[in-house]
Amino acid sequence: MPAKYHIHTQETPPRFKALIRSGVIAWEEGCLKCAVCVKKQCVYKVYDQRNLDGRQMLDSIDTLCKDCYRCVQGCPARLINKAVNPEYLQIGDDLFTPEIITKTWNQAATGKIPVSGAGYGGKFSGKGFDAMWTDMSEIVRPTRDGIHGREYISTGVDLGRKDMYLKAGKNGEMKLPTYPSVRIEHPVLLQVPSFGAIRKPFLLGLAAAARQLLTQAIIPAAVIDRDFRPHLAHVVPSLEPNIGLDEKMLSKVSMVEIADHPKVMHQVAKIKKKSSKVAVIVKVPLNKKSPARCLELVQTGAEVIHLAGNDDGRENTPKNARYIKDAIADVHQKLVENNLRDTVSLITSGGIALAEHVAKGIICGSDAIVADLALLVAVECRVCRGCKQGLPCPVCIEDVTADWTTHRMVNLLGAWHNQLLEISGAMGIRDIRRMRGERGRAMFFEELEKMVFAGLGKPAAK
Amino acid sequence: MNAPTKAFDPSQVKEAPSRFRTALGKYRVSRSAKCIVCGLCVDVCPLGVNEKIGGRITSPRDYKCLGPKCPTACFKQCPVQAITVRTDPTFETMGDYRWTGDMLVSTYYMCETGRVPQNGLEYRTGASDGGFDKLRLIFPKDPGHVSPDEVDTSIELNRTGDGRPQIDIPFPVYGGGMSFGSVSIRAIVGRMKAATALNSFCCTGEGGYPDDLIPYDDHVITQVATGLFGVREETIQRVRIVEFKYAQGAKPGLGGHLLGDKVTPAVAKMREAVVGSALFSPFPFHSVYSVEDHKKHIDWIKATNSKALVSVKVSTPTDVDMVAVGSYFAGAHIIHLDGSYGGTGAAPDIAKKNIAMPIEYAVPMVHRFLVAEGIRDKITLIASGGIRTPHDLIKIVALGADGIVTGTADMVAMECVRCHNCESGRGCARGIATTDTGLVELMESDWVAQRLINMYQAWRAEVQRILAKMGLKSIRQLVGRTEFLAHLDYLPDHVDGEIEY
Ligand code: SF4
Ligand code: SF4
Ligand code: SF4
Ligand code: SF4
Repeated sequence: MPAKYHIHTQETPPRFKALIRSGVIAWEEGCLKCAVCVKKQCVYKVYDQRNLDGRQMLDSIDTLCKDCYRCVQGCPARLINKAVNPEYLQIGDDLFTPEIITKTWNQAATGKIPVSGAGYGGKFSGKGFDAMWTDMSEIVRPTRDGIHGREYISTGVDLGRKDMYLKAGKNGEMKLPTYPSVRIEHPVLLQVPSFGAIRKPFLLGLAAAARQLLTQAIIPAAVIDRDFRPHLAHVVPSLEPNIGLDEKMLSKVSMVEIADHPKVMHQVAKIKKKSSKVAVIVKVPLNKKSPARCLELVQTGAEVIHLAGNDDGRENTPKNARYIKDAIADVHQKLVENNLRDTVSLITSGGIALAEHVAKGIICGSDAIVADLALLVAVECRVCRGCKQGLPCPVCIEDVTADWTTHRMVNLLGAWHNQLLEISGAMGIRDIRRMRGERGRAMFFEELEKMVFAGLGKPAAK
Repeated sequence: MNAPTKAFDPSQVKEAPSRFRTALGKYRVSRSAKCIVCGLCVDVCPLGVNEKIGGRITSPRDYKCLGPKCPTACFKQCPVQAITVRTDPTFETMGDYRWTGDMLVSTYYMCETGRVPQNGLEYRTGASDGGFDKLRLIFPKDPGHVSPDEVDTSIELNRTGDGRPQIDIPFPVYGGGMSFGSVSIRAIVGRMKAATALNSFCCTGEGGYPDDLIPYDDHVITQVATGLFGVREETIQRVRIVEFKYAQGAKPGLGGHLLGDKVTPAVAKMREAVVGSALFSPFPFHSVYSVEDHKKHIDWIKATNSKALVSVKVSTPTDVDMVAVGSYFAGAHIIHLDGSYGGTGAAPDIAKKNIAMPIEYAVPMVHRFLVAEGIRDKITLIASGGIRTPHDLIKIVALGADGIVTGTADMVAMECVRCHNCESGRGCARGIATTDTGLVELMESDWVAQRLINMYQAWRAEVQRILAKMGLKSIRQLVGRTEFLAHLDYLPDHVDGEIEY
């Protein structure tokens, strides 16, 4: 029996102090010098650890307070208030909200899944993946106890082309398929983000993380040099149209990615000729044209298709971009209708920010998911996009070391893995491959809203 | 054992102010050094916000302040303009989308006074942008005359006609399971005292049945959950209702989890476990894999206690309607649906947010299915999971439930601020969700009971007011009556009445 997949996480502290939503403001003027000041009674010892971080100009009362309001309510002179931290509100964007960013930092530091008390405090629903809920099992469909290790839930996926039936040769002998298949044990591939104050140690750290996680890292071929050698079996060189790859590197990697272009299948054939062991990914922009384009590619032999969405979690199209959840489903459905879905593997990128996005993307029809910007956030990026305009990075991403980067990414993906086990276990699924395209095991906001709320306000039909 | 006074008698309301020196509120009244201690502000304020202590004036009750729009406006009358009234900056940091600062502070107010707040706080809906928060009530043009006092809010818990006792509760609310360990014993005892005074029930949760609860036996629902912590024949025989917890909405598909820090010697003894080591309840019941197994479980309880009613608590998968029907045929008296946005001691965020469906969808699905199967009037349908206010209660009943179970609202009554840190270290710094000996001291069970009694009195008055305005004499007439509801995204073209926004 192969060893069970296990991710070794390790505490990897951040370089900067975390931001929290609200800190405390404590005035000195008017202080009554009480015998026992409320500041001494803080359960979390926030005031005892009080010091100023010179680099960030952050006080620990702005980084450690846990919002119990006791000092605020206890000070007889009412000198203590809580206030929303403007810096917290400034980080991130619509998709990578301050909350998601800080939770990602935490996961990258500890490898632990976010747990909290007192129920859910978020919105009822939202856009994109927030407009769906995953199913659970109850009574007649038992769940799986994956998270406590009582049952093994596999998260491995095989990427590559598959035949739909066995083929026989002239004399009736069985012809074994010749397609390479690449096994990833975590259904998330890593990819270099589209922006970021990124230098080589980050890239090396990313490649090493893919190796540790037994998955693959998609890295532009042009930046891969000798230093990547130890990791090459887990590196996917990504090529621009009509650029070749040197044979030495080709012999070491398991997969290659090529950006789609009219003659892409020629380029694929060329690579396959040089090395038949390599599985080739064709990277297709994810938009309304992708179902038709993917069908074409699959009919002409594509092995793996990378549906590339945008960083904002939407389609790659200038106008009326839908969320990738719907766009993936269209491609999946098109291939199902043509009886070709099982011949090809689909991987999808575009604004994957949370573990739940992985599960939901798979439920919508992708075999595996590609993370990118989330990996930059794992090394403390604040998604300010300053680097895109040539501004200095506020958290000096350019200074990260490869090892630290690897640990942070492995921690994040380790936490994501445990969360995938939670979702699979609740659904009663023991193999993540079973989740693919299982839209019947999810609940969709649009459908439920119509079903339940559209008829309100009228006398109920008898 | 019967409650000493009649449940929901107005005399049960007694002021129960905050445990802390300064109560949290929306407005802050401050007074500058210009103050000449004339005492005018003390006299003009109808709510007693300001007070003269020695040679100084202070505003110890500014959480009751009506804010800058106050009609008597002490700050306008002050001869030296020493008073300013503005939104308390601290208030802006309070709450979340589901429990907004307004809703927290108004709940505190109800718990202190037994009345809904008068100062413009939005106590009816939150800001979650969906579900309850986008539902509004429709009041018919001509409801006929019903006076709020005559509105009956009681419901029956045994509608099966199986010969077991009929149990009525005067108001369609009982307390959901919170286990010893996840909250302090004082919180539990306080809730039991309130349930007794209000002639309702409160569930033990899965942490066993502490001896301190024996005086309240008649109002206790004991829980049989997957971990079977502290479940014994004698605890099942003591009570009038036994609850089977198949799942919990806040962590559907996952078992309970009590972090090691909270497993103190007392908790460990109760649960027959080891001090300091985390306790996981398995998921699911590994002895239930079919409706037949399910029936076997219920039969076991019924055989152990020949008088008890059985409630089945399930969460909300895609086929929740089938689960409900299965539970009816397995012999349950109460089917308790716990929607995905409910409260809990500690759960993975991914589960709370994503797994299973919100209660606003599940209740109408189940209600409609039970009606279609012709068994709706044979079972009591109870909803929980994110029901925060009397308005939510009205809405979920109109969607098809008979009554509700509360959890988080009870915590807020005990001055929970929803900091979501119940699971960390010594537990709740406010002494609610903790077993830390020092922190437990912060709260008395009598105070908890009084706060809850006040809150539910306020809720009931509000429910009676609304039902009267709808022209209904009993809450039982509201069940499944979706014509009294409107959803902001699907407003009907024509409404025969008035929509309350
Ligand atoms: S409690 Fe307030 S007034 Fe008293 S010593 Fe502390 S800060 Fe000063
Ligand atoms: S609000 Fe609570 S956690 Fe924050 S500093 Fe004050 S006492 Fe400490
Ligand atoms: S923090 Fe800002 S500048 Fe630094 S990498 Fe991230 S987006 Fe770029
Ligand atoms: S820790 Fe915070 S959320 Fe939990 S019970 Fe206490 S106040 Fe409420």
